[in-house]
Amino acid sequence: MRYQSQAVAKPYFIAAIGLFIAQILFGLVMGLQYVIGDFLFPAIPFNAARMVHTNLLIVWLLFGFMGAAYYMIPEESEAELYSPKLAMAMFWVFLVVGALTIVGYLAVPYARLAQLSGNDILQTMGREFLEQPLPTKAGIVVVALAFLFNITMTVLRGRKTAISSILLLGLWGLAIFFLFSFYNPTNLVLDKYYWWWVVHLWVEGVWELILGALLAFVLIKVTGVDREVIEKWLYVIITLTLVTGIIGTGHHYYWIGAPEYWQWWGSVFSALEPIPFFAMTVFAFNMVNRRRREHPNRVATLWALGTGVMSFLGAGVWGFLHTLAPVNFYTHGTQITAAHGHMAFYGAYVMVVLTIISYSMPILRGREANSPRAQVVEMWSFWLMSVSMVFITLFLTGAGILQVWLQRMSDTPLPFMVVQDKISIFYWMREWTGVIFFIGLVVYVASFFIKGDERPA
Amino acid sequence: MSDTFTKSMARNIFYGGTVFSFLLFLALTFHTQNALPKRDNRAAITPGVTHGKKLWETNDCIGCHTLLGEGAYFAPELGNVYKRRGPDYIRAWIKAQPTGAPGRRQMPQFNFSEKDLDDLVEFFKYTAEINTSHWPPNIEG
Repeated sequence: MRYQSQAVAKPYFIAAIGLFIAQILFGLVMGLQYVIGDFLFPAIPFNAARMVHTNLLIVWLLFGFMGAAYYMIPEESEAELYSPKLAMAMFWVFLVVGALTIVGYLAVPYARLAQLSGNDILQTMGREFLEQPLPTKAGIVVVALAFLFNITMTVLRGRKTAISSILLLGLWGLAIFFLFSFYNPTNLVLDKYYWWWVVHLWVEGVWELILGALLAFVLIKVTGVDREVIEKWLYVIITLTLVTGIIGTGHHYYWIGAPEYWQWWGSVFSALEPIPFFAMTVFAFNMVNRRRREHPNRVATLWALGTGVMSFLGAGVWGFLHTLAPVNFYTHGTQITAAHGHMAFYGAYVMVVLTIISYSMPILRGREANSPRAQVVEMWSFWLMSVSMVFITLFLTGAGILQVWLQRMSDTPLPFMVVQDKISIFYWMREWTGVIFFIGLVVYVASFFIKGDERPA
Repeated sequence: MSDTFTKSMARNIFYGGTVFSFLLFLALTFHTQNALPKRDNRAAITPGVTHGKKLWETNDCIGCHTLLGEGAYFAPELGNVYKRRGPDYIRAWIKAQPTGAPGRRQMPQFNFSEKDLDDLVEFFKYTAEINTSHWPPNIEG
C-alpha cells in the first residue's frame, strides 16, 4: 500500500462481500417461491424478498465502487485521501442506513413502512429499484455528496489522470441522476420516462464509466502496459458506451406511452450498445497479451478478463437479443428480461467489483498477492459463480422463450399463471444452479482465509 | 492503435460525443414532452387515480407484477388488467387474497377500504387507456 489512507477501502470491501452473501440468500428464497409459491408466505412475501435482493445488490455495488475509489484515487492522484475520517464516518452512516432499510422491508408491511418513514411528505417509494424510504434516499444523497467531496478534493490536490477524471465523472453522474428518484408525478408515462433516467442512465451510462476506470486501473497494475495506451483505449470505449447508451435509453420507451419514433431511435442506438462491451473484451485480452510483467496476482487478471467476456455476453449479447422493437414487442417484461438482467449485472458490475477487490485486498492486507493456494481457491469460485450464472441465464432464457410463445405469440394465448406452471422445470433448474452459485460464493469467502506462502508487498 | 491517434484526440472525441449525444437526448425529450398529452391519457387523471397510484406504490405491487411491462415477473401484467378482467373481478380478486392454495403463489391481503378499491380500479382504467403502441400483443398481457 503506497498511501496510508487507502486503508479505508478495506471495510467498504468487507461490507460489500457481506451484503453480497445476503443478496444471494434472498435470491434463493425468491427462486424457490417461483416454484413453491407459498414458501415463507406470509412471513416474507415475494415482493419483500425481491426488494431485499435488488436493493442489496445496488447497495453492495455502491460499497464496492466507493471502496474502489478510496483505493484508487490516492494512488492515481499520488496524494493521501483528503479526509480518511470522513470516509470512515460515511462508511458507518451508509452501513447503518442500509441495514435499517433492509430490516424495515422485512419487519413491517411496506405500506406501514411508507407511513412511518414520511412517504407522505414526498412520495417516492414503491417504484422498482427505488423502493427505499425517503430517509434512506436522503441518506444516499448525503453519503454520495460527502464521498464525492472527499475524492474530488483529493484529485484536485494531486496528479490528474484520465482514469481518475473518468471515475469522477462516472461517480458524479451517479449522484446527479439519482436525484430523478425524487421526481414521481402521478402521470405514469412521465413517471416511467424519468425513472429510466436513474435506472438506464446508471447501468448503461455512468456506471460504465466507473466500470471502465476500475478495469483500466487494474489492467495497468497487473500488465505493466503503458498508461498512455490503456487510457487511450479507455476513452475510445467510453465514447462508444455513451454515444450508443444515451440515445439507447429509447429502448425503454417503446411501450410506455412515449411517441413511436423511439422505436427507431431506441432500436438503432441500442443495437450498437454491444460494441463497447466487445471493445472492452478485446482491450482486456490485448493488454494482458502485451503484458510487460508477470504480476503474482494471477486471479485478479482472471477476474479482469472475465469481466470483459461476461459483460459482453450478459449486457451486449443478451441485451441485443431483445432490444429491437419488433422483438421487444413480444419479449418486453418476460423472463427474457430477467435472464439479461442477471448476466449483465453479474458480468459487468459484480465482476468488476470482485476484480478490484481481488487486486487490492491482498495489498490492503500487507502482501502483493495471496498465496498460490488461496488464489487457486479463488479461481474455483470464479468458475463456479461464472459458469452457474451462464446456466441461470440460459434457463431463464428457455423459460422466457416458452413464455413468449405460449402467452404472447400463440393463436390461443394462455393466461400468465397457466404458462408459469408449464415452464416450472426451468425455474427448478435455475434454482439448483443458484445453489451452485451460492457454493461458489462460499468458496470465494473461504479463499480469504487460506494461508500459504505469501510475498510481502 | 497507431501513434497518429493520440490520447488527447480520444479524449476530445469522448467529450464531444458525449455532449452531442446528451443534447440530442434532451432535444428528443423536449419533443416527447410536447407529444405526450395526445398519448398519455392525462385527461383521465382524477384524485381517485392519484390515490390509486399511491396505493399501487405504497403496497409495492411492482414487486410481483409488471405495469406496462416493467416490474417483477412473478405475477400477471396489470397495465391492461382493467380490459382483461373488468372492475368487479379486480375488486373481488383483491378482497379474496390470499387464496391459501397449497404450493401456489400467494398475494397478501392488503385490507383496502371500498374507497381504496374504487381508486385502484380507476387507476387501472387510466393505465389501460394509455396509448402504448398496441402493447401487449394480446389481452393476456
